[in-house]
Amino acid sequence: MRTISVVLLLSLFIPIALAETPEERGLAIAREADHRDQGWGDFSASMTMILRNAQGDESHRQLRVRNLEVEGDGDKTLTIFDEPLDVKGTALLTYSHKTGPDDQWLYLPSLARVKRISSRNKSGPFMGSEFAYEDISSDEVEKYTYRYLRDEVYEGMDCFVMERYPVDPNSGYSRQVVWIDQAEYRPQQVVYYDRKDALLKTLRFRDYRQYLDQYWRADLFLMENHQTGKSTELHWSDQQFRQGLTDRDFDQNSLRRAR
Amino acid sequence: MARVNATWFLVVMLGWGNLAPAQGQWSGQLASEARLFADSPAHPGQGAGSLSLVLQPEYYRSWDEGRQSFLFAPFLRLDSRDPERSHGDIRELSWIRASRDWELRLGIRKVFWGVTESQHLVDILNQTDLVENPDGEDKLGQPMVNLALVREWGTLDLFLLPGFRERTFPGIEGRLRPALVVDTDQAVYESSREERRIDAALRWSHYIGPWDLGLSHFHGTSREPRLLPGVNSGGQPVLVPHYDVIHQTGLALQRIAGDWLWKLELIRRSGQDDTFTAAVGGFEYTLVGLRESVVDLGLLLEYSFDDRKDTAPNPFGNDLFLGSRWVFNDVDGTEILAGLFLDLDHHGRLYNLEASRRIGNAWRLSAELRVWQAFPITDPLHAFQADDHLLVELARYF
Repeated sequence: MRTISVVLLLSLFIPIALAETPEERGLAIAREADHRDQGWGDFSASMTMILRNAQGDESHRQLRVRNLEVEGDGDKTLTIFDEPLDVKGTALLTYSHKTGPDDQWLYLPSLARVKRISSRNKSGPFMGSEFAYEDISSDEVEKYTYRYLRDEVYEGMDCFVMERYPVDPNSGYSRQVVWIDQAEYRPQQVVYYDRKDALLKTLRFRDYRQYLDQYWRADLFLMENHQTGKSTELHWSDQQFRQGLTDRDFDQNSLRRAR
Repeated sequence: MARVNATWFLVVMLGWGNLAPAQGQWSGQLASEARLFADSPAHPGQGAGSLSLVLQPEYYRSWDEGRQSFLFAPFLRLDSRDPERSHGDIRELSWIRASRDWELRLGIRKVFWGVTESQHLVDILNQTDLVENPDGEDKLGQPMVNLALVREWGTLDLFLLPGFRERTFPGIEGRLRPALVVDTDQAVYESSREERRIDAALRWSHYIGPWDLGLSHFHGTSREPRLLPGVNSGGQPVLVPHYDVIHQTGLALQRIAGDWLWKLELIRRSGQDDTFTAAVGGFEYTLVGLRESVVDLGLLLEYSFDDRKDTAPNPFGNDLFLGSRWVFNDVDGTEILAGLFLDLDHHGRLYNLEASRRIGNAWRLSAELRVWQAFPITDPLHAFQADDHLLVELARYF
């Protein structure tokens, strides 16, 4: 009797599970990944970028990043540029939003001037690298629509593979294919397709480390541009959580002080 | 007096500095600059070009988890031609203490207010270091006590400004000057306390969605002097700067709408001849990713108005500025700004081209080309017509 009721119960649920569309499954995976990465509060880190052109010539970028988690909206980010040396002291303040354009202000130390800038150039290269602004801005569920594709083993990990389509018409991409590991819901690889749906770039995440027993951050991002042969390595260091940063560390007054 | 202030602040700063853990760092730049003029000089004593060397180091230290910081930025230029252009300054020597709802900023500082590109009407606290560049964007350090109240309704900045800085002007051997030399030794002040008068200012600034607002008032000695005819100790005719005590109210407004940035600056100044109103407003429209490339092209249009019209001491009575800003988004950070200032009353034109790119990680090469055309003798820019020039600068950052 008991067995029968279990079977009956299962039979009630299975059709619902089967009825889940690839779009619903993709959204559910994105929500779960987002849910697991909530509550980190604030985050700060240093970043070194190594830019390589097709000939293998290298140039370097050095910057510091501070993030503040904002409940119900996108994160606040303060980015301070240390190298190249001619832009040392320049700082960028971003209030990202789940929907609609982000608010951005740039501080130029040589003129002591704060400039409001258009966030529409999200498809543009970040500091001449292979990362676009949108690749490194805060990842919000609402910024894409999703479609689950398949399960696949990637680098020895069981992964979900899904496509996501940017909601913002100013995005430089028609779609992205994302590999997310099933154990911890961490992005492992993203393949980007340009507006003409041609293969553009591949981003790989390496050396994940867990902080505060919950939050996973990769130490290394590798971005490869298949159309130009250029690549960018992004190395993270000094990653720190919950340093007690507040809204006041992310306003125009702190933007002017940042160096 | 400025020197006395500087010494006093230095003592205070070093006192504070001793309480701080040592984690300061030096950076800065060393640059060489060549200015080449197209035409032979209009006035005797001037040269065909000049070379100069600029040293701008900077020391920065922050402590108390970033709540306190100290900044020292001296400046030195050595010019081959004009002894007035060879000069030093303390651009920054300041200490900042930041708290949850206020910031106290003490010392010599540079503060910029404003939103427009073609001219900076609202910006008033720092004196223009005019020998540096005729565009007036270089500023002298200003001693100040600045308390900022940071609230939900915006930031209210209160300023006390002890120690007036005189505007710098090219000397007799310098180019880019009026026919008569400005004799800074004879500067005349309306205030009986002369350059020791303590000026004051306040400014409210806030952002509301796509809007950025700034409303300011300044009461003190005008940074912009009236230049009146006089004679120097040798009996030669010169221009004498007169510094009036003024009231100036300013409004800076900016709205962002997608690729459009709409900008307005408005001032009303009294105490310097008749009360006047001046404004500059316009837009910057950015074409992102021009023709499927990564190049951004910004198109700028600004209109300037001054109700003193032709009697205004500046050249922005009824003028249009058209500009294009090319940002190549490449590894070398290449940028080009091409602009045209058009005098709508007299058809005078100023062409301005600025370009720069990085070389390696620590060098930057920049160039500026300026050409003045068809300014009538009544226009302040007429004096520059023999001074079309190309400026090339190579800077090494450290």
